Amino acid sequence: MPPSTRPLPDTARDLLRIDGLRVSFPLLQGEVEAVRGASLRVRPGKITALVGESGSGKSVTGQAILGLQPANARVSGKVWLDTGAPVDLLTLPHDGRAIRAIRGAQIGMIFQEPMTSFSPVHTIGNQISEALRLHQPMPPRALRARCEEMLGRVGLPDPRRIYDMYPFELSGGMRQRAMIAMAVICGPALLIADEPTTALDVTIQAQILGLIRDLQREFDLAVLLITHDLGVVANLADEVVVMHHGQVLESGPTEAIFADPRHEYLRGLMNAVPVFGARARDRLKPLREVPAEGIRALAAMSVPAAPAAPASATQARPLITVSGLSKSFLPRNRSWGLFARSEPPLRAVDDVSFEIRRGECLGLVGESGSGKTTVGKMLVRAFAPDAGQILLHDSAGGVLDVPGAAGDELTALRQRVQMIFQDPMSSLSPRMTVGQILSEPLDIHARGTRAERDRMVAALLRAIGLGPAVAARYPHSFSGGQRQRIGIARALALGPEFIVCDEAVSALDMSVQAQILNLLKDLQKELQLTYLFISHNLAVVNYLADRIAVMWRGRLVELAPREALMSAPAHPYTRALLAAVPHPDPHHPLDIAAACMPATQAESAWPAAFRESAEAPGELVDLGDGHLVRMQPMADRRDLDGTGGAR
Amino acid sequence: MTAPTDTPMQPGPLPAPGAAPGHFVSPDPFDPEAEAPGLAGSLGTAVGGQASQLRIMWIKFRRHRLALISAVFLIVMYATLLITEFLAPYRLEDHDYTAIYAPPQQVHLFHDGSFVGPFVYGQSVTLDMVRLKRVYADDRSDVQKIRFFCHGAPYRMLGLIPGDLHLLCPAEGGRFNLLGTDRLGRDILSRILYAARVSLTIGLLGTFVAFSLGILIGGIAGYRGGWFDVAMQRTIEVIQSIPSIPLWMALAAIIPLTWSPIFVYLGITVILGMLDWTGQARAVRSKLFSLREEDYVLAAELMGARPRRIIWRHLLPGFMSHLIASASLSVPGMILGETALTFLGLGLRPPITSWGILLTEARGINIIALYPWLLWPMVPVVLVILAFNFFGDGLRDAADPLR
Repeated sequence: MPPSTRPLPDTARDLLRIDGLRVSFPLLQGEVEAVRGASLRVRPGKITALVGESGSGKSVTGQAILGLQPANARVSGKVWLDTGAPVDLLTLPHDGRAIRAIRGAQIGMIFQEPMTSFSPVHTIGNQISEALRLHQPMPPRALRARCEEMLGRVGLPDPRRIYDMYPFELSGGMRQRAMIAMAVICGPALLIADEPTTALDVTIQAQILGLIRDLQREFDLAVLLITHDLGVVANLADEVVVMHHGQVLESGPTEAIFADPRHEYLRGLMNAVPVFGARARDRLKPLREVPAEGIRALAAMSVPAAPAAPASATQARPLITVSGLSKSFLPRNRSWGLFARSEPPLRAVDDVSFEIRRGECLGLVGESGSGKTTVGKMLVRAFAPDAGQILLHDSAGGVLDVPGAAGDELTALRQRVQMIFQDPMSSLSPRMTVGQILSEPLDIHARGTRAERDRMVAALLRAIGLGPAVAARYPHSFSGGQRQRIGIARALALGPEFIVCDEAVSALDMSVQAQILNLLKDLQKELQLTYLFISHNLAVVNYLADRIAVMWRGRLVELAPREALMSAPAHPYTRALLAAVPHPDPHHPLDIAAACMPATQAESAWPAAFRESAEAPGELVDLGDGHLVRMQPMADRRDLDGTGGAR
Repeated sequence: MTAPTDTPMQPGPLPAPGAAPGHFVSPDPFDPEAEAPGLAGSLGTAVGGQASQLRIMWIKFRRHRLALISAVFLIVMYATLLITEFLAPYRLEDHDYTAIYAPPQQVHLFHDGSFVGPFVYGQSVTLDMVRLKRVYADDRSDVQKIRFFCHGAPYRMLGLIPGDLHLLCPAEGGRFNLLGTDRLGRDILSRILYAARVSLTIGLLGTFVAFSLGILIGGIAGYRGGWFDVAMQRTIEVIQSIPSIPLWMALAAIIPLTWSPIFVYLGITVILGMLDWTGQARAVRSKLFSLREEDYVLAAELMGARPRRIIWRHLLPGFMSHLIASASLSVPGMILGETALTFLGLGLRPPITSWGILLTEARGINIIALYPWLLWPMVPVVLVILAFNFFGDGLRDAADPLR
């Protein structure tokens, strides 16, 4: 950060000063203290980041500032807001006139979920102008002019048109921009941003972060940034406050926090986050490691005693070959059913071909809507492709046609191919015990006797580090990470050789993420598994994958060995993706200019070699060493190097 | 880690106002195995995490005080149906021509300042020839002590077990009408108790019919989707758009007059059920749709489970509790429907007695003006319907599975 040039009086006070904040909620038995004496401050015109995992109390803290906490919460402590005359916000009557005058006018707020933070039945302009009108009454024409100016300021094209649009007509990123416009239109001194970019794709995230920083500088805005992402913090914050279980464990200037984390928790956290660069493949140190003995015991149980053929011989052979895979979805028709007019189908996956080698982990990267999950679901035959072939090879040379499998072939396929899901909440049936969940696949395929199945369940539980005693418990008594491990154990129950991990760590906390990644790595090694690892997080894919495939709008745009893709990405989309990932290191700031181009408009700015049209479709071109890039087949290869292929 | 910076350490988390931030490190240790605070008191850890969803439902339901009271009330109401003959002082058709349109009698405890226990005064009747109204007056000298656990009119309990024991009887040769009598001198309290048998069961039977139809049709629509779903949706919309009273009337008119009362009773049940299944079918369908999106259903599919297993092990338990909750909310509609139909003269016919039948007696404005106690059957109708609504509400709140 550049040294502050502001006059002294401005910095000689804290804009927001939270002292000993406590928030508790009544429970069935007793109560839970979500925030236990947290203290932090935000200086005028500075960004303070409040970092913590889920359940750390960081969001409740943000809500308590504005009196937005749930009605049954009990709040105590001091929250001083100083915009001239200090006020303790907690002493103001709940939802009374005084606090309402502060909401919006002096403190603006933006939320995580841009999809639900606007009312769907009012226009964008209506909602933003309402925020302005409440605090600064003015004639309608001036109101509209101010709103349009602000919509333009947050980077929305054609503010006049957007003013009259409804939220559903805007994309998530545009909505978040409009949300920011609404939060700052009254010129607040403080902006509370609660996970403002968590629901967004990385490239959009980079744009929103850039926007927040610009606004902060331009309007001298102070920001309380609530987030779990250390990369976001390192890029934006002046001061950092680390919260865990409702307590502040460490706080200080961003530089000091990242250069010299002192508290055990923060150090553990920093070691647990996958990073780029030289240390990318170093084994992560999770706060809680799953011991490997259980995995080895499971391996001894399920893998036949005689080891498979020498690794070099089998690894070269593909396990799965995918060619010309396509899938379209009909847009959801509007409740009319029989009388719906047919709209053009949406091409979710468009002519995708690749192969997965035995024993490798193929990473599949892309933004939401790129079709990566659709590909994964077709590989496990959750649904059938419209066109294309998926072949599952076995070591004896046999071939199984995945979409066409039926009867015995399908039964065999179900035992060889499994899936790990993103959401640990929805992937376990809430009405079955863990034991029932894990033995169900064994029951279905009538594996062994009752006692043998119980032994298998116990071995699976030991492999995921939970111990057989938990078999009688229900999923609701486990944390997210534990549930995800149970989901992994279920996928392993039938002894599959290929597992699709669909965003398997995206819904988890940072500290748990490392544990699951290491578990997946150990399992792969001991059980000789093959993974398709789908994720939007490049750092995670970089940690686990041997080769990485990048998808964009249903097409495969680049496929390369991990090192090649990371060091010399060829496709402009891959480059934009890489540039947009925030690093948890203040000395490695985000290149916002590079990432700022909205991906949907970026295509026109790409070098000619990568632009595609109906007349001139691109092809996957081999750059050597298995580095495939989608481009115009006739284009000059020198174009690639000219645009800075090596970074 | 890189070389330590020169940021000064700071004792507390808050620097001085406006001062440059120092580096604060909490002295509290970090225990990676520690659970989030308060998790120990949450529902999820009840019984060491071994509480089934049913048990958690019960814990949550218990917290809904009004629903719990309603549940107890309903259980008591349904329990009385088994022993109506014992509870009612009179039999259903017992009539007393000397006590036509007698008003409710007041129960006294003291006579002439001395305690005698619960009793009523005998009444003498005179006919007011101007207004043509029977006027009942307490005879202060005639103390009629109420008898408890007495032998009175013989009956067959539930039409099977003979007996003559009653909870309350009038004094020998006396009369006891706590809620008054009707135009034939029949005891209203006894008739309300007998009528509850029909009114309370018709709601349950009707809901059962609606429930079965709803699960079947909604289930097929929700699981198969496609044209069947579309056709079913449109059919439901058509059925729901028909005004209900004319439709009831049309359906009730189909029931032949020659049917015995018990068949009429069953016929009315089916009619009520046939009109109410639409809501159930929609609830089933939408619940199935949302459950099919759950990852655990896909997981079951991927492990090779057949549709029957998926429906029985994964889908059905998921929405059964919801359905039971919504069914209990539809019972009051049934009871009201029966009451309304009968009131209009299209439903049940005497000698079958329901609360609706009792209320048909109170159809004229003059009756309400002169003999307001004929409206007493409204009280149990209102109470039962309120209780079902509270009960269903509590059940619905409790039915969401804990994750």
